[in-house]
Amino acid sequence: MKSPLETLPLFHIGPVPVTEAIVTTWALMLVLVTGAALLTRRLELMPGTRQAALELLVDTLDTQIRETTGAGPGPYRAFSGTLFLFILAANWSSLLPGVEPPTAQLETDAALAVLVFLSVIWFGIRTRGVAGYLKSFAAPNPVMIPLNMLESFTRTFSMFVRLFGNVMSGVFVIGIIASLAGLLVPIPLMALELLTGLVQAYIFAVLAMVFITAAVGDHAQRRNRQYAQPDGPSPAAEGSASPQTKKDS
Amino acid sequence: MEYASIVSILSAAFAVSFGAIGPALAEGRSVAAAMDAIARQPEAANTISRTLFVGLAMIETTAIYCLVIALLLLFANPLLN
Repeated sequence: MKSPLETLPLFHIGPVPVTEAIVTTWALMLVLVTGAALLTRRLELMPGTRQAALELLVDTLDTQIRETTGAGPGPYRAFSGTLFLFILAANWSSLLPGVEPPTAQLETDAALAVLVFLSVIWFGIRTRGVAGYLKSFAAPNPVMIPLNMLESFTRTFSMFVRLFGNVMSGVFVIGIIASLAGLLVPIPLMALELLTGLVQAYIFAVLAMVFITAAVGDHAQRRNRQYAQPDGPSPAAEGSASPQTKKDS
Repeated sequence: MEYASIVSILSAAFAVSFGAIGPALAEGRSVAAAMDAIARQPEAANTISRTLFVGLAMIETTAIYCLVIALLLLFANPLLN
């Protein structure tokens, strides 16, 4: 049986080995980018079916970001939404016969986790400045500095192992079942794998947002909220207020 | 079969089986608590289930770590060969 931990190069471009995961990744990127470009080519004020579906998707992403960060989705939509859509497409690409999802390989997940790690630093420095960001490592008190630094590495590592382990174990189990009983038996497991893929993509994006929010801090959040929603309270405030109002009435 | 490979196969099985017990119990408890919370306060179901999913993924990670260790033992064992 082929080991899930090692990857064999398909072919070489010059000195660079190209694995199956890279080919699948580029195909997915091509599909996502051309799809996005084609679908958003003619946007109208009165949306048709296609644009309404797209707006529903973007609005769902925005709601999730707003609820996770408690701030406006503006600065984070591109990063978090792309992460979610790419990981979702990658996880579900296992449904196509002969395609192994690139997220079932170590290096794709490692690259995604490194992206999150770097973007946490980027967003932290952009909103707080270098000194402010570095000061956030001494958050409760300076004794915690080594632990906080260690944590920023281990949480990146755990994101990467989580995504890899979940997707890879799904592919692995389906492979084993298919080799034992090929016809129709793996279908329930593949349905479960659809759910796992969705949940993992969601969790990866949400965790990225949680880490970025922690780095950005409260101050910038409040400022963002004012930017994003000039009218009405934020949905988080509404959500916390609604049980009480119900109780009162 | 030599001694080291037998031991690594056995410990891979043990890692997965015992490593799955803790997360299974923890996930059961957290789902039960979330169900309880939703039953008490149905209007907060969205927030609760979102937090539940994130928490479940966190808990599940410990089992996934065990699986990764088992796969390392089986496929990339540094002690063999």
